[in-house]
Amino acid sequence: MLDLVWLIPALPLLGFLFITVAGRKLGDPKAGYFATAMVAASFAVTVGVFVDLMSKTAEERTHVRTLFQWIPVGSLKIDVAFLADPLSITMCLFVTGIGTLIHLYAVGYMHGDSRFSKFFLYLNLFAFSMLMLVLGSNMLVTFLGWEGVGACSYFLISFWHEKESAATAGKKAFITNRVGDWGFMMAMFFAFWAVGSLDYSVINGAAGGLTKTTATAIALFCFLGACGKSAQLPLYLWLPDAMEGPTPVSALIHAATMVTAGVYLMVRISPILEVSSSYAPTIIAIVGAATALFAATIAVAQNDIKKVLAYSTVSQLGYMFLAIGSGAYTAAIFHMVTHAFFKALLFLGAGSVIHGMHHEQDMRRMGALRTLMPITAGTFIIGWLAIAGVPPFAGFWSKDDILLFAYDKSPILWLVGLVTALLTAYYMTRQVIMVFYGKARWHDAHAEHGAHGDLVEGARSELAPHESPWMMVAPLVVLAGLSIVGGAINLPFSHNTERLVSWLEPVVVVHESTTAKLPLALVAIAVGLIGIAAAVLVYAKHKARVIEPQILADAWGYDRSVSNFMGGPGRKAFDGVVWADAHVVDGAVNGVGALVSATAGKVRKLQSGNVRNYAAAIGSGVVLLLVWFVVVRGML
Amino acid sequence: MELFVFVVAGAMVLGGAVGVIVRSHPVHAALSLILTLFGVAVLFVAQEAHFLAAVQVIVYAGAIVVLFLFVIMLLGVDNAEDLRIEPFKVQRPVAVVVGAGLLAMIGMAIIVSRKATVPVVTQSQAVQDAALEPHDSNIKALARDVFSDHVLAFELTSVLLVIAVVATVMLARKPRPGELTPLEPKVGAQ
Amino acid sequence: MIAAVATPTTTWYLLLSAVLFTIGVVGVMVRRNPLVLFMCIELMLNAVNLSFVALARRLGDIGGQSMVFFVMVVAAAEVVVGLGLVVAILRRKPHATTDDMAELKG
Repeated sequence: MLDLVWLIPALPLLGFLFITVAGRKLGDPKAGYFATAMVAASFAVTVGVFVDLMSKTAEERTHVRTLFQWIPVGSLKIDVAFLADPLSITMCLFVTGIGTLIHLYAVGYMHGDSRFSKFFLYLNLFAFSMLMLVLGSNMLVTFLGWEGVGACSYFLISFWHEKESAATAGKKAFITNRVGDWGFMMAMFFAFWAVGSLDYSVINGAAGGLTKTTATAIALFCFLGACGKSAQLPLYLWLPDAMEGPTPVSALIHAATMVTAGVYLMVRISPILEVSSSYAPTIIAIVGAATALFAATIAVAQNDIKKVLAYSTVSQLGYMFLAIGSGAYTAAIFHMVTHAFFKALLFLGAGSVIHGMHHEQDMRRMGALRTLMPITAGTFIIGWLAIAGVPPFAGFWSKDDILLFAYDKSPILWLVGLVTALLTAYYMTRQVIMVFYGKARWHDAHAEHGAHGDLVEGARSELAPHESPWMMVAPLVVLAGLSIVGGAINLPFSHNTERLVSWLEPVVVVHESTTAKLPLALVAIAVGLIGIAAAVLVYAKHKARVIEPQILADAWGYDRSVSNFMGGPGRKAFDGVVWADAHVVDGAVNGVGALVSATAGKVRKLQSGNVRNYAAAIGSGVVLLLVWFVVVRGML
Repeated sequence: MELFVFVVAGAMVLGGAVGVIVRSHPVHAALSLILTLFGVAVLFVAQEAHFLAAVQVIVYAGAIVVLFLFVIMLLGVDNAEDLRIEPFKVQRPVAVVVGAGLLAMIGMAIIVSRKATVPVVTQSQAVQDAALEPHDSNIKALARDVFSDHVLAFELTSVLLVIAVVATVMLARKPRPGELTPLEPKVGAQ
Repeated sequence: MIAAVATPTTTWYLLLSAVLFTIGVVGVMVRRNPLVLFMCIELMLNAVNLSFVALARRLGDIGGQSMVFFVMVVAAAEVVVGLGLVVAILRRKPHATTDDMAELKG
């Protein structure tokens, strides 16, 4: 089964090609079911490979399957090859698994859309790219997938491209990612320059021999790439705007898979990060913690149901980078897996709410949906408990793992993480209350709609929110189940229960923590409960004032300042570069042409057409030759 | 005696040569050329190349220069060119430099190789037989050399002469009415 | 009786021929009349003939003299053709000099 690892990305690619050709004929919903089947088949193969790997001993759990030689250039030989080891197969499992669920969900969500088959075409292409990214055995195949998911993200975010904001959001995502991609490319150049190969096995194997500066350079440039892809502090601004895309897109790409590519990359090169200067992991940890806190503060004041979840994603990704910076690579992977479960669940639940509310996304116009959409509400609440860090749900175990190692790194970082946990509990509780509890505020909204003449009063009963169809609800249930039991893969009680750590041990650097686990865990639980209680007080019982400062709603003005900079001084700088290109570079090239032309014009005068001049030239030539032979060469 | 002949003949040669390049009237130049050719013929005799001296006078001085004079008279190019003006300013200095350089180089070559050893040349049997005869030995030797050792060159030069005659007749004949001369371009071919 | 100061050696003849050749070269470069130009070319050919004969005597090889023989033949042929050309050209452009025949101007 291990040899069939290439099927894992190949099946979605096949799906993409088939739907490109025959999608419109298949139509709604067959195209969707076909795409889902492809990803499900990929999941089946992944499970097979997983079982195969489990049957091997820990040292043998690395299998490289080379398909063909891609770029043989001098000493650089790059193959299209897949690396099946615990880390990549773990990623594949949840990418294909959650991918299948989301594909199924999307069949219901996108029902009735005019470009139904195109959506699934893009989704399958995305699955292919993500799997190439994760399974690549060298940096270039990973980069192929990296760029592929970036492109698919652009296609999918701006899927409803008639909307101006959607098109802009797609462009923004792609361009911001590009900045990060530059970092990845620089890292590849450094790796090749230092080691002579782009293979992970060679690079990680040679990590011991690298100079500190080279290792730091590779690590930090990879981190820059990860910042772009995983929306960390300087480059996060595309993620909230990316909510313009359909909700399945937000769930798949921006919660579970693409944004985790950055985390995957950093864990993949963890041997190099380990040997780099100590300030490199510190930078990563600080950026991660700062992002987590920053995004959490913004989420407190958002009113769009998806934007809250978007900022929440940024915040949770910050946690993962905090873990990487603290050397807790397995904790980062653990949190990535659990986050995939509950964030996808939350996004799909939000999508279900939006679908049921006829594409209403403002939480101020929701409320009391618990009775009308019971399954959605129930699963959403499970997701809420998971993300808030309430034991025994999955989120508690993974977040706790991270906070433990953060405390080891620096108590300040731990404190930042703790405050973020409090805010996370607070804003998620706020969201749950505003959407599912309280008074039903959507009557007023629909009355406004009615006043605009679009909707007839008699049809008001049709506008009442309803539960979503089975293909949207079933994935919610599955994900809720995973959110409940997902923590079991890495319980901290003893070495036997830390199954994820022992599974990942051969390929990822593992540190042990010396701090006592129980006190920190209790503090974390207490903080989570405080956050929940505070939100209940403010939004449910209305005992305290609502604190939603405008600056938080504006995301600290960061987006606006970036736009102003790019439009103003940035623009001038780019215009300067264009001028330099037109005058200096082109000038040099055209100058050469002008020079040749001028010289030719002068030399042309030699061709006078006059015999006597030619005779003089011949005579001079003869004399010069004689001088050369007699005087210079000394022939006499 | 030989010195005297050399000096006089040399003076004739150089005087005639300078005359050719200095005289503005082409007929004067042709007459100076005849002087040079005679001087060269005398020098041939001094070198015991009797036959060649005769041929020089007959062919060069007698036929070629006469041809020159025919053309001068025929075409009326006898108006003197003004040697005082020179359209290309650079031409004369370049000519002086080239001449001086050429003379210096060739002169150097000649002087340096003064003491060089003379390679021994064995003549063909025919030529050696001719050298044994006292009278007309030069012409006999020359004839034997041309017609046995260099007979192919002789044949080729004969053909060359025929071609030259035919070509010149074609080039120089008066065009019949309506016919283009060989040097005129066809209409529309420009 | 004029006492011979020295006997002219081959070197003298060769030097004479070199001077004659140089005069011919200078003449080609300086004169504008096409026929005088031709005459200067004849000067050069005669210089070469002279040096051939001098060396033939020095080396005792009759081949030098037969070389002169052929040079004269070819020179004659060349003059014939050249003058034919000059006639053809001057018939079209009377009073032309070499400076006027500049169609090869680039």
